[in-house]
Amino acid sequence: MADLDLDVSAPLGGGVWRFPADRPLVLDSGAKISGLEVAYQTYGSLNEDGTNAVLICHALTGDQYVASTHPTTGKPGWWTRLVGPGKPIDPARHFVICANVIGGCMGSTGPASVNPATGEPYGLSFPIITIADMVRAQAMLIDALGVDTLLAVVGGSMGGMQVQQWAVDYPQKVFSAVVVASTSRHSAQNIAFHEVGRQAIMADPEWRGGAYAAQGSRPEKGLAVARMAAHITYVSEPALQRKFGRELQRDGLSWGFDADFQVESYLRHQGAAFVDRFDANSYLYITRAMDYFDLAAPHGGVLANAFKAARDVRFCVLSFTSDWLYPTAESRHIVRALTAAGCRAAFAEIDSDKGHDAFLLDEPVMDAALTGFMASVERERGIGR
Amino acid sequence: MIREDFREILRLVRPGARVLDVGCGEGALLELLTQQKEVDGRGLEISAHGVAACMARGLSVVQGDADQDLDHFPDKTFDYAVLSQTLQATRNPRHVLDELLRIADRAIVSFPNFGHWSVRWSLLSRGRMPTTKALPVPWWATPNIHLCTLADFMALTEDLGVRVDSSAAFAGNGPARPIDPTKALENWRSETCLFLLSRGAPAERVEPGAVSGDLLVP
Repeated sequence: MADLDLDVSAPLGGGVWRFPADRPLVLDSGAKISGLEVAYQTYGSLNEDGTNAVLICHALTGDQYVASTHPTTGKPGWWTRLVGPGKPIDPARHFVICANVIGGCMGSTGPASVNPATGEPYGLSFPIITIADMVRAQAMLIDALGVDTLLAVVGGSMGGMQVQQWAVDYPQKVFSAVVVASTSRHSAQNIAFHEVGRQAIMADPEWRGGAYAAQGSRPEKGLAVARMAAHITYVSEPALQRKFGRELQRDGLSWGFDADFQVESYLRHQGAAFVDRFDANSYLYITRAMDYFDLAAPHGGVLANAFKAARDVRFCVLSFTSDWLYPTAESRHIVRALTAAGCRAAFAEIDSDKGHDAFLLDEPVMDAALTGFMASVERERGIGR
Repeated sequence: MIREDFREILRLVRPGARVLDVGCGEGALLELLTQQKEVDGRGLEISAHGVAACMARGLSVVQGDADQDLDHFPDKTFDYAVLSQTLQATRNPRHVLDELLRIADRAIVSFPNFGHWSVRWSLLSRGRMPTTKALPVPWWATPNIHLCTLADFMALTEDLGVRVDSSAAFAGNGPARPIDPTKALENWRSETCLFLLSRGAPAERVEPGAVSGDLLVP
């Protein structure tokens, strides 16, 4: 039996679920992770019929603290806009589950974890993982928590990739799927930006071939540069221009390479803050999983064929006009495939100038759309409000 | 109160059918069809505002438009495709009509008749682009870029090999009045027309030339 030291019916729960060694996670690559650990948070409680569970899937640098204070940064949960009292996803009505992805660095098994076979941190001996592997680990967790079906699986960006994978791999467990600012496969440009980040990490001498943990160092500079490059892709050009323009940090130029411009200072701050809460090898592994993601590939390259299994799942797809990381065209591609597969899909492109990160920010139209969608799936599922 | 054209569409649609409402707005018709006819309804709507309203009603509506997005639906996905008061606002009405009958067995199409006497009188008497009860918006602001008359529409159905299974006319918010769309008089007195269309077998098709001329040019 799994080892659990908390009460899942508590209003606020969570911890680390340790799976016994005889229940390894079998990965797409064929490798196995034995002694799998999945760190997670829950909010609210499961109803008697077991129909009100909502799984939230986090993005690349997100974590399980979707609606509670982050233990490292002290900042509020990353999606309190959507999850919380009076929000579209409300612990008063829903049993909300959010788990750290495998490969991550907030408690789930990842490259920084100790390999039980060697007693040393995995480092680069950690196997390559995929989005489907992350989903498989989450399926093991919800099973362990006694949850049979999910009223909704909800996620933005990489979270949205997991949502699609859930619907395709476990259609009988997923009643509805909410995919926000996401894509069904990484484009050349997406892979290119990730490669810049990975090369920045691996070029840092402190990375030490991935074995920095064992050698007592951290590739902070490389990870910070990776975050800086990625952060540019999360915001729109007009928003960056409006926020910083050519504004200077001090009066006049330094005639050197200090952070003269406010935008430079901002990016340096983003990089520095990130290294406090994230592991460089996790960044390599998770970006790789995203690059490998191509939902249509195992189905002859035809996305509609992938979604045929998910014909009974109700989909809600949302995109943002100024998102150039996963532009609306990617969401339309998903929606057209859903349509062709005969799935029930709702899709809206939300007018926003905030870029990709809009899904984490103040977007009243997104709130309204999700409130409506959640209300309708609850009605169909027979959950009283 | 139910709009008269919606009432007529409710009458035409078979219970439990698969229905696509193209240009479904805030989903009022789809909701009626779902509640009263238990249809499996989907919608296509151009505005984000409309789509959000539809989501709140629990309707499966996709943001998109008739000109671009019908092409992505597989053949025979629906029993009915509804295009209510939108054909005249599409860029390529001929293609849209053709697509409706590719993705659905039947199409329900309504449009304002530009041959109505009030339109003709408005143009004749004032020499200006007509503004009428059915067409209240001035020419420079109207979304209607491909207006047609009842006779024009009938000619297009013939050209596309489309069969007219049922037709009705409305004036204001009066009840539906069954019409013979081949009669020239109907082109004068039908303010808004609504058709049930299908791909006719050749023998059942209205023969070319069956549409009579106009009163002024018989």
